Amino acid sequence: MSTVTPERVIEYREALREAMSEEMRKDNRVFLIGEEVAQYNGAYKVSKGMLDEFGPRRVIDTPISESGFSGMSIGAAMRGLRPIVEFMSWSFSLVATDQILNNAPKMLYMSGGQFGCPIVFRGNDGAGGQLASTHSWSVESMYSNIPGLKMAIPYDAYDAKGLLKTAIQDDNPVFFLESERLLSTTGHVPEEEYTIPFGKALIRRNGADCTIISFGRPLHFCLEAAEELAKEGIDCEIIDGRTIVPLDIDTMVDSVRKTNACVVVDQSWSFASIGSEIASQIHAICFEDLDNFVHRVHSDDVPVPYAHNLEQAYLPNTRKICEAVRSATYNA
Amino acid sequence: MKNTDTEATHHPESSSMKETKSRFTPAPIPEKGILLGWLRQMLLIREFEVRTMQAYQNRLIGGFCHIYIGQEAVAVGSIAAIHPDDPVILAYRDHGHALARGMDPKYCMAEMFGRIGGCAKGKGGSMHMFDSDHFLYGGHGIVSAQTPLGTGIAFATKYEDEVINEGTSSHVTLCFMGDGALNQGCFYEAMNLASLQNLPVIYVVENNRYSMGTAIERGTSMAHELHLKAEAFGIEHAVVNGKNVIDVYRDFNSIANWCREESRPFFIEAQTYRYKGHSMSDPRKYRTKDEEVQEEDHDCIDALTHFLIEEHDLTKDAVKQMTKQVKSQVRQAVEWAKQSPEAPLDELYTDVYTDIWGPYKGTSKPEMLQEEEEA
Repeated sequence: MSTVTPERVIEYREALREAMSEEMRKDNRVFLIGEEVAQYNGAYKVSKGMLDEFGPRRVIDTPISESGFSGMSIGAAMRGLRPIVEFMSWSFSLVATDQILNNAPKMLYMSGGQFGCPIVFRGNDGAGGQLASTHSWSVESMYSNIPGLKMAIPYDAYDAKGLLKTAIQDDNPVFFLESERLLSTTGHVPEEEYTIPFGKALIRRNGADCTIISFGRPLHFCLEAAEELAKEGIDCEIIDGRTIVPLDIDTMVDSVRKTNACVVVDQSWSFASIGSEIASQIHAICFEDLDNFVHRVHSDDVPVPYAHNLEQAYLPNTRKICEAVRSATYNA
Repeated sequence: MKNTDTEATHHPESSSMKETKSRFTPAPIPEKGILLGWLRQMLLIREFEVRTMQAYQNRLIGGFCHIYIGQEAVAVGSIAAIHPDDPVILAYRDHGHALARGMDPKYCMAEMFGRIGGCAKGKGGSMHMFDSDHFLYGGHGIVSAQTPLGTGIAFATKYEDEVINEGTSSHVTLCFMGDGALNQGCFYEAMNLASLQNLPVIYVVENNRYSMGTAIERGTSMAHELHLKAEAFGIEHAVVNGKNVIDVYRDFNSIANWCREESRPFFIEAQTYRYKGHSMSDPRKYRTKDEEVQEEDHDCIDALTHFLIEEHDLTKDAVKQMTKQVKSQVRQAVEWAKQSPEAPLDELYTDVYTDIWGPYKGTSKPEMLQEEEEA
């Protein structure tokens, strides 16, 4: 997207804040609710200053009570308000699963089209901060299995803002998966109003030899791997899916038809995952185009360890991606 | 609150209950016309449920189906006590409340028949009666899952009244649940939030003494002082006699007004009894026939009929006439539901998302709302 302002570089967390603040200025049905979002200025400072601007009626601190405040927000959304619910971590959403999986995505259907649920759940997803097993969940594979919700997973500041604005404007429940590892990264974000439509993948690197498909923070490893592989003469094309639901399979297929090789990088566990789903779809659509089966890189199928070296080994890291690309392109 | 007929129930009365009662003056007893309307509603619900059981046995209704017979006074009296635009949210034993709220019985029956004419186009079934025109935010199948939702609906009315419309909070939400819901954690989270946020919501615990086959004493601590649980959240509470529709109305009316004025939550234990099983498949082996007979001797419909005969010269003929009308109305509802077509297969993919993408076809309103729009 073009911009007329000089390059403005801000943090990913600031981009998220701008998206929320701009939408709250436009529509007073939008409010932010969660643990420490108001007086503490956000556990990760995403909502810094928002209490001052919008006051305690629209930036609402809750007790540590995910099931309660998620359900309360879903009830408010049934009535037509547009809550943004911050989970300090998606790991904590697990105690609210009945509300967020049974109520939010099914309300429109169960009520025969009478009560929708325009709500955004957002927070940090994924491992990498030495938080050990219970606090390091990647929920995307588990939750994207459920019809009725949408899921976005932004990689940089520009996408964080553009996708979050789209999420807030959407009339359906949106699960918005950020990454604590990315909050302090910076990127170009124009002053001008913009949104990014759901279901439109972004080609983050053009290449001819192998398509790498990923979402969110693992794209960092993909980009690193592509640099390393370029030195070996393997030219990778990297696709950032941006949203998992809806999934832009068309852009992925177009790329695979060009490269004839594909690696999917997914930070969730491998069994019944986004990685396995995309591989299955690519196999079905690109059966004649592929020179090799779709390779998959995941986190290891173990609980997330605390120790730094073990955790780094656990992640879908650069080494694993390089190995998968070499294998998929018969360079192993 | 006034508990005029303590013999009607075997729930022991606690001392703190009396203390709470004295804080509220029950509303006056309404005039005859209104009482006759309640009698008709209770008769309608009972007849509807009798025909529901028949239809279930004839396999016209599938899945889980929970019958409200015996508890009619709670739905009728409490819903009569609030405004037509006050929100109501329910658990899964929801047919009676839906009818009391004004849903035409034909849409309720068609929903259970899984037909396109159902209130939710046959997508929800017995446990999911929704009616947006009547501010009915659904029956909900997971025990207690509706309690945070009801809290959120109260949050929303307050937010609309105060933040969006810059006025004062003027609505109260009725959030119904069974006594079994008291043992789910989310209800305690909901009460905590409602108290912190000063939300105008009435949690109505319909204590019918059994959560499925578990007698309340076996599953719930403080079984005879349930309402005291609200104390832990600084929420006002009361016990009402759920077998007497006049008592229910009078207590709910004064409490609802208080919630509206104070913008505070309230906890009401409505003591009642379900005559039938938990669901259609329940043989009721966990309680005695004697107990059932004793409870049915203190029936809510009999109580109101008796009151009207004694105080307002209602004749037995008039009751007979009313019963006949109600039977005919329900018979017509059943016929209408039978005639309503099965949902077209396209409906599988509508109402999943509001927008159209991939296989999804957007959303559409049920016939119930379209007809009312035309009217």
